Amino acid sequence: MQRIGVFVCHCGSNIAATVDVKKVVEMALKEQGVVHAEDYPYMCSEAGQSRIGEAIAQKGLTGIVVCSCSPRMHEATFRKAAERYGLNPYMVEIANIREHCSWIHKDMAEATEKATILMRAAVAKVHLNAPLQAGESMVTKRALVIGGGIAGIQTAIDIADAGYKVDIVEKTPSIGGRMSQLDKTFPTLDCSACILTPKMVEAAAHENITIHTYSEVEKVSGFVGNFTVDIRKKARMVDIDKCTGCGVCQEKCPSKKTPNEFNRGLNNRSAIYTPFAQAIPNVPVIDTTACIKFKTGKCGVCQKVCQAGAIDYTQQDEIITENYGAIVVATGFDTIKLDKYGEYAYGQSKDVITSLELERVMNAAGPTKGHLERLSDGKAPKEIVFIQCVGSRCSDDRGKPYCSKICCMYTAKHAMLIRDKYPDTNVTVFYIDVRTPGKNFDEFYRRAVEDYGVNYIKGQVGKVIPQADGSLLVQGVDLLDQKQILKKADMVVLATAIEPNPDVRKIATMLTASIDTNNFLTEAHPKLRPVESPTAGVFLSGVRQGPKDIPETVAQAGAAAVKVIGLLAKDKLKTNPCTAKSDELLCNGCSQCANVCPYGAISYETKLINDHGIREDRRVAVVNSALCQGCGACTVTCPSGAMDLQGFSNRQILAEVDAICR
Amino acid sequence: MTYSYYPGCTLRNKAKDLDMYARACAEALGFTLEELEQWQCCGGVYPLGSDEIASKLPSVRALDAAKQKGQDLVAVCSACYHVLKRVNDDMANVEDIQTRANNYMQLETPYKGETKVLHFLEVLRDRVGFDELKKKVVSPLTGRKIGAYYGCLLLRPSDVMAFDDPEDPTILEDFIRALGATPVVYPYRNECCGGYISLKEKELATSMCDKITDSAAGFEAECLVTACPLCKYNLNKSGKLPVVYFTELLAEALGVKEGAL
Repeated sequence: MQRIGVFVCHCGSNIAATVDVKKVVEMALKEQGVVHAEDYPYMCSEAGQSRIGEAIAQKGLTGIVVCSCSPRMHEATFRKAAERYGLNPYMVEIANIREHCSWIHKDMAEATEKATILMRAAVAKVHLNAPLQAGESMVTKRALVIGGGIAGIQTAIDIADAGYKVDIVEKTPSIGGRMSQLDKTFPTLDCSACILTPKMVEAAAHENITIHTYSEVEKVSGFVGNFTVDIRKKARMVDIDKCTGCGVCQEKCPSKKTPNEFNRGLNNRSAIYTPFAQAIPNVPVIDTTACIKFKTGKCGVCQKVCQAGAIDYTQQDEIITENYGAIVVATGFDTIKLDKYGEYAYGQSKDVITSLELERVMNAAGPTKGHLERLSDGKAPKEIVFIQCVGSRCSDDRGKPYCSKICCMYTAKHAMLIRDKYPDTNVTVFYIDVRTPGKNFDEFYRRAVEDYGVNYIKGQVGKVIPQADGSLLVQGVDLLDQKQILKKADMVVLATAIEPNPDVRKIATMLTASIDTNNFLTEAHPKLRPVESPTAGVFLSGVRQGPKDIPETVAQAGAAAVKVIGLLAKDKLKTNPCTAKSDELLCNGCSQCANVCPYGAISYETKLINDHGIREDRRVAVVNSALCQGCGACTVTCPSGAMDLQGFSNRQILAEVDAICR
Repeated sequence: MTYSYYPGCTLRNKAKDLDMYARACAEALGFTLEELEQWQCCGGVYPLGSDEIASKLPSVRALDAAKQKGQDLVAVCSACYHVLKRVNDDMANVEDIQTRANNYMQLETPYKGETKVLHFLEVLRDRVGFDELKKKVVSPLTGRKIGAYYGCLLLRPSDVMAFDDPEDPTILEDFIRALGATPVVYPYRNECCGGYISLKEKELATSMCDKITDSAAGFEAECLVTACPLCKYNLNKSGKLPVVYFTELLAEALGVKEGAL
């Protein structure tokens, strides 16, 4: 018989304001085996933990139930405390009476009853708990960074500087990411390429960094410290070792009609291409969907002109398999599609562009060589209207509910740069709110208004009307003047919302990392563990976690690197002892458990089994506890009930259900 | 295929041609519009009062009649289509209206929005198919530059009407293309013509229509095509571009115009 202690936390008023904690204590004392129950304002505090210690010592507790917040928050805290006071940590159970109870209920009587039931279920489980011992697993001292933008590059450099090997996997032909497409960066207006390319070079030259461009993660297995990852290295059709990056192939390529992704489709590129001049590696790829050789078999110009003999049309995709201790997801963002925003005439007029397209227009390496001109007729625009929050802070399903965070600042930047370089061009900005928190940010915005005469209008635009003469009419509202505005413009720029790159679901599924309703990756804790995924060994860097600008991205990238370094610095990790175990007497060797196991932890062996005196060779399942992650898939699949999960046995779970239904 | 058909009052008077061409075209395209035996005026406008029930009942009767026949209900007039579809949405989703309407109607089985309401253009797009329609065109309107005028009623509110993208619709342009003509896309094609305001403030409606026709003419449209009698009335008052019903163009292209009236 267990001697159980129940500890009910007030969590300040988080729990106590909705749950009658005294009543839960009173009810706990009526439970069989409960020899001690008490409540305390902050059970997780030092004082709270020592109360648990005292009770263990004085009452000889063998099991503990803490009625508090989610086990994701403090299970580890209380298990460590129990261990400190001489109790096996796996004799501690958490009844979540905060997230599952007090936070979601208003009625005290109802919430108290539910808290009591949750406590009862946990007590019923503890009765069947047995002490478990954590095993150990080795740590592979190498990290994988998925995504080669500024977030991925910074994370990789920081990890590599600490002396660990890092691989960057980037799906496009070059590292650099979104930042490489930008012209200038706020609030200092330094040139994006000037501060990014040295980092790209540093990453490429770093002895501890391996870069796989034009590659994608195909499969991930394993667990924290021991991931095995298949990486598909897409066929470049160009030998990366032979190519000298001279660029003749791109010049001579006769297929030049593919929209240039790097310039947001504003001009065309050749079928064999490097995305931009400073690309790393400076080795082109052949876009086989555009290449005449691949489409008709007749061409081969690039092969003929290549002095280095680097062109190889026979290259095939290659899958490489690598082992990693930690994985960082830094897969970045894109702007949302504007097909649901017909009122802005984005698809109807070439002179309505997104802000990211404007970056390319204003960039010296862009489609207009940095000249600000209308894409329809090449004329210099004299009136430019910026529309903010296009798809951000949106209450219907056309856009995103969140603030994209970077648009107010880059719009102020664009407005200021245009007024500076083309003083006879008028700039008007329609905004809902101007949000400029950040060091030197509001000063920057005020400079745009006060020193550069940018005309800010509080109000939204209802329609952009292309006129027969090629100009645009912007129909909006000035909320402060309370009047409708009809403004003629030569160019309209849409501050388009950003969203995580669409491959997020695929990557999240591979990593069993969770994503939120907006497809951003979820943090282990939004405040206290912002760069860790709830999946151990998976870390978050950059906009993949949420909208952020370059300084924040770089800071977060460094934070993710620190977490990775902390993990890789360990030689061994404690493994979760809550693993599956098969009862050899019940197992009939049917293989169903092995078929559902996502970790490949179950194998079979033929064993001499003594079944109540009958000795025979049987094929039985064996669980490799180093690989098993305790997901429980096998236990519910097993038709003979042989498979069970330690710490979450079928008996324990049914005891909980019985207690709830009592 | 036979559809229940709700012509509406205007199609019996001022907009007779909208109705007659629609019927003739339907036959030419291989489906039948079977006029409901008894139908009443839809009211012309969808009543916005959330406690208003009486003026929704004619629509409920028409919707239930179609349900009894097991047919989809087709309208040609934008306003009728708008009212029928929105009342149908209320009957499916607004419990209070559903209960009160059914209490009043005393039907054997309560009506709960089961009928599918279709605009004739939707039948062309989703049932016949514009590719199929193109094949049936005998005298293509080649070379004609036609501006589609949608107005408000077909498109909005878009979550209920679910007819086309309210800001950048394409169904009429695709229709015009299927008839062999060239659609002229102009920005005011989904702006309001003024509707009934023309009865009270004629000049306001005229100025709204002028904006529409000026814009269309600027983009070199030779005529406008619409599905709404009121839009046609208002745009005609503006008088800058000829305005025709889409059914008339269709009848012309299908070669059934002469015999229709």
